[in-house]
Amino acid sequence: MEFEPVIGLEVHAQLKSNTKIFCGCSTAFGAPPNTHVCPVCLGMPGMLPVLNRKVVEYALKMALATGCVVSKKSRFARKNYFYPDLPKGYQISQYELPIAEHGAVEIDLDGKRKRIGLTRIHMEEDAGKLIHDPNRPVSFVDFNRTGVPLIEIVSEPDIRSPEEAGAYLRKLRSILRYLGISDGNMEEGSFRCDANVSIRAQGTEPFGIRTELKNLNSFKHVENALAYEIRRQQAVAAEGGRVVQETRLWDPERSRTVSMRGKEEAHDYRYFPDPDLLPLMIEDEWIESVQKTLPELPDEKKGRFETVYGLPAYDAGVLTASKELADFFEACVSAGAGAKSASNWIMGPLLGLLHAAATPVEESPVSADHLAELIGLIENDTISGKIAKTVFDEMAASSKAPAVIVEEKGLVQVTDAGAIEAAVDAVLARCPDEVEAYKGGKTKLLGFFVGQVMKETRGKANPKLANEVLKAKLK
Amino acid sequence: MQPYELTISEARKLLDQKQISSVELTRAVLARIDSVDPKLNAFLTVSEESALADAEAADRAITAGTSKLLTGIPLAVKDVICTEGIRTTCASKILENFVPPYSATVIEKLKSQNAVLVGKTNMDEFAMGSSNEHSAFGAARNPWDLSRIPGGSSGGSAAAVAADMCLGALGSDTGGSIRQPASHCGVVGLKPTYGRVSRFGLVAFASSLDQIGPLAKSVEDSAVLLNALAGHDRKDSTSVPEPVPDYPAAITPDLGGVTLGLPKEYLQAEGTDPEVGRAVAGAIQTLEGLGARCVEVSLPMTEYVVAAYYVIAPCEASSNLARYDGVKYGARANDAEDLMDMYRKTRSRGFGPEVQRRIIIGTYSLSAGYYDAYYGKASQVRTRIMEDFRQAFTACDALVCPVAPTPAFPIGEKTDDPLTMYLSDIFTLSANLAGIPGLSVPCGFSTEGLPIGLQVLAPYFKEETLIRVAGSFEQTTEFHKKRPRI
Repeated sequence: MEFEPVIGLEVHAQLKSNTKIFCGCSTAFGAPPNTHVCPVCLGMPGMLPVLNRKVVEYALKMALATGCVVSKKSRFARKNYFYPDLPKGYQISQYELPIAEHGAVEIDLDGKRKRIGLTRIHMEEDAGKLIHDPNRPVSFVDFNRTGVPLIEIVSEPDIRSPEEAGAYLRKLRSILRYLGISDGNMEEGSFRCDANVSIRAQGTEPFGIRTELKNLNSFKHVENALAYEIRRQQAVAAEGGRVVQETRLWDPERSRTVSMRGKEEAHDYRYFPDPDLLPLMIEDEWIESVQKTLPELPDEKKGRFETVYGLPAYDAGVLTASKELADFFEACVSAGAGAKSASNWIMGPLLGLLHAAATPVEESPVSADHLAELIGLIENDTISGKIAKTVFDEMAASSKAPAVIVEEKGLVQVTDAGAIEAAVDAVLARCPDEVEAYKGGKTKLLGFFVGQVMKETRGKANPKLANEVLKAKLK
Repeated sequence: MQPYELTISEARKLLDQKQISSVELTRAVLARIDSVDPKLNAFLTVSEESALADAEAADRAITAGTSKLLTGIPLAVKDVICTEGIRTTCASKILENFVPPYSATVIEKLKSQNAVLVGKTNMDEFAMGSSNEHSAFGAARNPWDLSRIPGGSSGGSAAAVAADMCLGALGSDTGGSIRQPASHCGVVGLKPTYGRVSRFGLVAFASSLDQIGPLAKSVEDSAVLLNALAGHDRKDSTSVPEPVPDYPAAITPDLGGVTLGLPKEYLQAEGTDPEVGRAVAGAIQTLEGLGARCVEVSLPMTEYVVAAYYVIAPCEASSNLARYDGVKYGARANDAEDLMDMYRKTRSRGFGPEVQRRIIIGTYSLSAGYYDAYYGKASQVRTRIMEDFRQAFTACDALVCPVAPTPAFPIGEKTDDPLTMYLSDIFTLSANLAGIPGLSVPCGFSTEGLPIGLQVLAPYFKEETLIRVAGSFEQTTEFHKKRPRI
């Protein structure tokens, strides 16, 4: 029997508001422990939460960007459980009435587009962080993160493969970043994912028993953990066993998932409406005004890159995956570069450079203007494509303008027929045997001669001209 | 007359006329506490030093001519309201040494008037109780009979006012915790509309029911205090931006044009002590004599009030009290073997039996599979109770009824029978569930000499009606003038 995986993802994204969701403390990352705290976020006796309007605005942006229905009335609830990083003994979240429901995002995979439904988006507060002393049986709590705003984005069980899961997460992160409401950084924990996975016989309706996967701290972990868990469940089913409903942890060291707690040990969170906060009422005017602030989103931008710049879908997809990269491309084009040339240079050498140095495109040592200038130098035959690569590497190292580098290093292409003829003559004089062979019919040696001419001119000869002169002289 | 016997209004005149200084008045009150509180146990903390500093500041304000209604007035505050630098215990072992680094909004408001805070009063632990017997630091006693309870949970505040250990006090009322002890101690107690007074800095028992209010020697004094406390607070999302009227001005010599509703379920309730019934009936006659028209009204959901309350309040409490886990502040069991053991030992030792009982009831009622039958159903009943009152107030301006079915009972009588204890709250719980304001004013004495209170209930934000009805009643009666001999 063929099994098909059914995957749903729960994503937590930290929102980039300056202050916490229910108090005025800073949300800045990396401060010394317990310096961004106050009686409210420490859950001290008698303290009360007051909702940060910015957080609602950010949640609204995400809701509108993913086509959700915004709830006119939503509610905060208390999720009750004991843990030292949770100072009130409950997390303020949304439960029965989330701020938004029934949205979707589209993913492109292997040239196919697929819609992944969003069940809901809701707001909640983050918990603090436990730090365990490696040398003593002692733990410390840092409450700086307590009360940092999160949105939880819950997908429908529409995902059918680890690759789709990866594409979905990248799309969500891209939208969050386009909106400027979250860093979307998985490694730093500002973008977290839990996965629900089950398998079912291909083509059947009912879902199988699902497991929940935790500790997925990078896109790679998500895809690897899902692939492992699908194989594990298939093996259980193939042996006639039953998948057990449980929470499993991904162990990246050993590349496997291990059982963390079963259904019986699942928490009963005793949700109930938080009596300290009034129901959140959102008027149409607010929704409309947020709608007006939405930027061009990844899908729209991709479509525009295809139609306006005539780029292939693949190029448009790569370039619009991040707003900053798309901006770089457009800056390059508006500085005079041809769209396809710009796309090739960005997707190839530039992204290679940035990935290798782990540098964000905003901090690229090669500016969009300089890249456009470099492309211009190739197109007007000032330098050859080969030399251009050398110039690019130098630009990356020094951030200098390409024309300056070409000038300094004397890399201007030799297009003077006389100079090229002199070089050709020198080469032919030096290699009588090869000339003999060529004339005897080994015309493949033309490439060798071109190479020698380039060497003679230290790469500066216009290859086309060199070709023509060689052919003429070897007749 | 001793200075500590003054009402707030009387003291105001003497202070402004410089016939007495706030320091003199405060010293008199502190001396009174010294002499009678050992018998009453109404105070958990007496803040003598800061009280005298407050009084000196008040005297300077009076000299500067910037005195306000409460400038220099010695007041007591229930120990569930946070006071910066003064320990706030909630009468619980778990917060025995907790000194808040902040003050409640109501305390800031009193400070802004240069009122004098003489101390923090005894109460049932975390305001859970009707008798004060659930204090971790021993029950406060009734000034009229030291063998009896002062009522609860604001029993310390009521006893302190009745025994002249302050000129007025703050309490909190979640199910009658201001009105019932006021009734048992023969003072005036007022629970404002939910949202009228900020809860910021009030240690939460049941957040949707809790409300801070005054206890005082007269209706006028309670009106003066309410004026100081009321108003919107950005730090409390449930406080309401309604304008604050001049409450003392609401008192009129008669009640012409006022219609009072007599809720038959309350006035004909079984188990009401006949002496309470007689005192309330007498009060109704007096009110009619003042020109009020009385009509019978019905509150059909009355029989479900206790059940709904004792689901909703414990549910909220179970969550509100989760923060006392030994991790951040308050008591912690230091002999724990692991995290769970620390939670278990800290909370088992830190909370008294009544608090533990309510945490368990609330935890159970919110559990998966029980939520709908308990919290869900109780919330529906609550909506119906609100509807009862809305309906009743279409026929009248205010309701009058008893505060409690009996006068103060002997200490120890009901401690082994929590259900009977819960039933003694029958007449006060509905105002909290509905969110409406209520007031208790002295209306008689039992043959044993114990005070009996009359409860007045009014629609949302109609505290003025409470003050008018009770104020007019008080002006034609002498009950409030009688003082206990301690």
